[in-house]
Amino acid sequence: MAIEININGSAHSLDVDPKMPLLWAIRDLAGLTGTKFGCGKALCGACTVHIDGQPVRSCSYPVSAAVGKQITTIEGLSEDGSHPVQEAWRQLNVPQCGYCQSGQIMTAVALLERNPNPTDADIDTAMSGNICRCGTYTRIRKAIHLAAEGQS
Amino acid sequence: MSSIDRISRREFLKRTGQAGGGMVLALSVTTACQPAAETTIPMQTSDGSSIAANVYVNIRDDGIVEIYCHRSEMGQGIRTCLPQVIADELEADWDKVKLIQALGDEKYGSQNTDGSTSIRRQFDMLRKAGASAREMLITAAAGVWQVSVDECVARDHAIHHESSGRSLGYGELVAHAADIEVPEDPVFKSPDDYKYIGKSMDNIDGLAMSTGQANYGIDTTLPNMLYASIERCPAYGGSVKSLDSTAARAVAGVIDVISMPEPTSPPFFNPLGGVAVLASNTWSAQQGRAALEIEWDLGPNAQYDSEKYREELMASCCKEGTSVLNRGDAEAGFVAAESTHSAEYYAPHLAQAPMEPPAATAQMNEDGSCDVWSCTQNPQSVQETVAGVLGIEKEQVHAYVTLLGGGFGRKSKGDFAAEAAWLARATGRPVHVTWTREDDIRHGYYHSVSAQHLKAGMDENGTVTSWLHRSAFPSIGSTFSPDSTGPGGFELGLGLVDNPYAIPNMRLETGDAKAYIRIGWLRSVCNVYHAFAVGSFVDELAHLAGEDPKDYLLALLGPARKIDPADDGAEYGNYGQSLETHPIDTGRIAAVLEKVAEMAGWGRELPEGHGLGIAVHRSFLTTVGTVAEVSVDDAGKLRVHELWTAIDAGRVINPDRVTAQMEGAGIFGMSLTMHGEITAKNGAVVQGNFDTYPVVRMNEAPTEINVHIMDVDAPPGGVGEPGVPPVAPAIVNAYFAASGNRVRELPLRNAGLS
Repeated sequence: MAIEININGSAHSLDVDPKMPLLWAIRDLAGLTGTKFGCGKALCGACTVHIDGQPVRSCSYPVSAAVGKQITTIEGLSEDGSHPVQEAWRQLNVPQCGYCQSGQIMTAVALLERNPNPTDADIDTAMSGNICRCGTYTRIRKAIHLAAEGQS
Repeated sequence: MSSIDRISRREFLKRTGQAGGGMVLALSVTTACQPAAETTIPMQTSDGSSIAANVYVNIRDDGIVEIYCHRSEMGQGIRTCLPQVIADELEADWDKVKLIQALGDEKYGSQNTDGSTSIRRQFDMLRKAGASAREMLITAAAGVWQVSVDECVARDHAIHHESSGRSLGYGELVAHAADIEVPEDPVFKSPDDYKYIGKSMDNIDGLAMSTGQANYGIDTTLPNMLYASIERCPAYGGSVKSLDSTAARAVAGVIDVISMPEPTSPPFFNPLGGVAVLASNTWSAQQGRAALEIEWDLGPNAQYDSEKYREELMASCCKEGTSVLNRGDAEAGFVAAESTHSAEYYAPHLAQAPMEPPAATAQMNEDGSCDVWSCTQNPQSVQETVAGVLGIEKEQVHAYVTLLGGGFGRKSKGDFAAEAAWLARATGRPVHVTWTREDDIRHGYYHSVSAQHLKAGMDENGTVTSWLHRSAFPSIGSTFSPDSTGPGGFELGLGLVDNPYAIPNMRLETGDAKAYIRIGWLRSVCNVYHAFAVGSFVDELAHLAGEDPKDYLLALLGPARKIDPADDGAEYGNYGQSLETHPIDTGRIAAVLEKVAEMAGWGRELPEGHGLGIAVHRSFLTTVGTVAEVSVDDAGKLRVHELWTAIDAGRVINPDRVTAQMEGAGIFGMSLTMHGEITAKNGAVVQGNFDTYPVVRMNEAPTEINVHIMDVDAPPGGVGEPGVPPVAPAIVNAYFAASGNRVRELPLRNAGLS
């Protein structure tokens, strides 16, 4: 059956099992590969997207639940990488392999939207669902503070 | 090659042969010990609109310099650092450099991106690639102006004739350089003139990585592509006894179910067998796979139980083993000693668990060749493995290299690429294989479990006069050789026989250990457990002697001198490089130790319940010292508050990327210290995902990881791996300082500390 979803402001009609995790609908059917697969069980955060502005682990979120909602992926965060969080990430050279960073950035953006000036403790709470195996955590903390300064 | 002979422990060379399964394979046991020389640069070719000065540099007539990156990017920053070196020698404008990721091809020399080799072993080759192109352009310009080359200089992407004020841009010189010979021995720039080398250039992939545009192995899509998910036997070496695919085929989106070729013994880098479900998308493939009904013959390793094996391994390290280094007479030293101390250390199997699980895409071409895109650390090995599985020539395999979502040694093995290739041929369509996280954790090439026995004899002053260290672990050699019985070859040089301590009587031994699962390398390999044991044991000795651990370590290092383990009968490869250029220099090790102690404020008064621990270790020709500050909270959980790291890697190309590697090594080291453990029952790995194989998360990350790069005028050492080994002993020693409790087993989770 066809499922209508809206990704980054564009309507997509996808012929999928309604139970398919949103992650695979985004990647395999809509062809947006910036959202990553890391665990399949909402344990690592690599697949984080926004649904109506809230961070969601798309690997464990059925595509049918996204109907009627606004899905934002890393590709929809800005046209040219100019979101303050993306700029802070580059300014501090946060990424090493880069694979988890789409999810890290999406979680960080959601954090800053509800808490424009987070403490280290706020950051630790918000970001602990996102694993970075390269170990960029201390730079992520600094980049979130930097982005917060830039937004204020 | 008609037969594969046993890989000698005495040889470190790349081997090619034929396995029992009829598959031609080429094996790089480890690049840690391949020959060092890789400085042959081929001559130029021209197609009219561009000049390829060599295989790494192509200058286009629009002025763009194309640089081929033949090494794999997995977070270490080589795609930034490699062009830094070439562009600097070439006097190229950084903004006019276009980086192209090279396919697997032996014309580039070694592309095996492991062993922290890219810079330490290829720095001269990369400089030569840039410098020879620069001299070629100078010769071309001098010819145009009919002046001596000595009057011409390269600067800012152009050749200048200073006395006449003339200049020609690199693009303009393409038309004049077609017949010019590339010099064999170009003159390198003076380090004083470096523009990019030694500078913290921004990550060349930073924009792509922050916008979701970076392409990894999992991201390759081709028209008409099938998505595959493969169910593999829980125990290594097992096979399918019976299969019912009826339910799997009924899953919407499933297109085919295909049995994979049987696994080989030894495993090499071959696929693990099993049953593949192919579908129109990843989810359907996974759903179909879950519906497979398979009865397994668990095969020859079904009895593997890591708890029982632990007892075997501990027994092995506690009885006389095979001597690999002898200095003086350790046994007589113990008899003469005033006191002795001994301890055993245990560390489990680990999985690399890169955030991107293994993933590859392949398609067959009409001419019988195969294109394969994969997140590989070693595209030439992918060529060899795929060629072996398909029964075609290596040159018929076009191995494209994507970005790697982490590697840590796992992606040196092209088994997943061979799976995609096999299925592409079987289906006649492009096939994309993505491993699940459970596949990655349960079907890996595991870091060895290890048990070590250490014994020291002290004189009446507490000075160590005799030392015994016996290490038992299943060898990486077991992945290539059916009769591997324990540690050997290059593994002994990873923290065992390169012991730097000034102890008059020393005996180093190995203990037997067979392998029952696939063994492979993980970031810094045997150095992980050797540094853990030695770094912990010397701390124990310091406390027994009632001395400050840092002062004790300095005394143990002894006077500044250069060590050659061969002097005491050891075989030592020094990571494939000369001890002349990359010595084991105890003076440099001591300097690192002093520096990191100073950074951490060693000896300062600490908050109640806090402790500092220190460790230093040389690996991959680089020395790293680490200090950890920890505390134990009321619930008995260990908290790492801060880490300090000093690194002597000789000349560094990009200080920020080196700093990042040290920060990352701190977290990676913390993960294996606090959490990491792979166990097996009935031949099958017990863990499956990040819930049962936890790694450090943001809430556990230290408030700061402080890094200092030593200013040392010496050839480059490795950077990707050497930050890891000192982390575990530094933390364990800090925990002792904080609590008075000594833990001799990793991970600390098993002691209830995390």
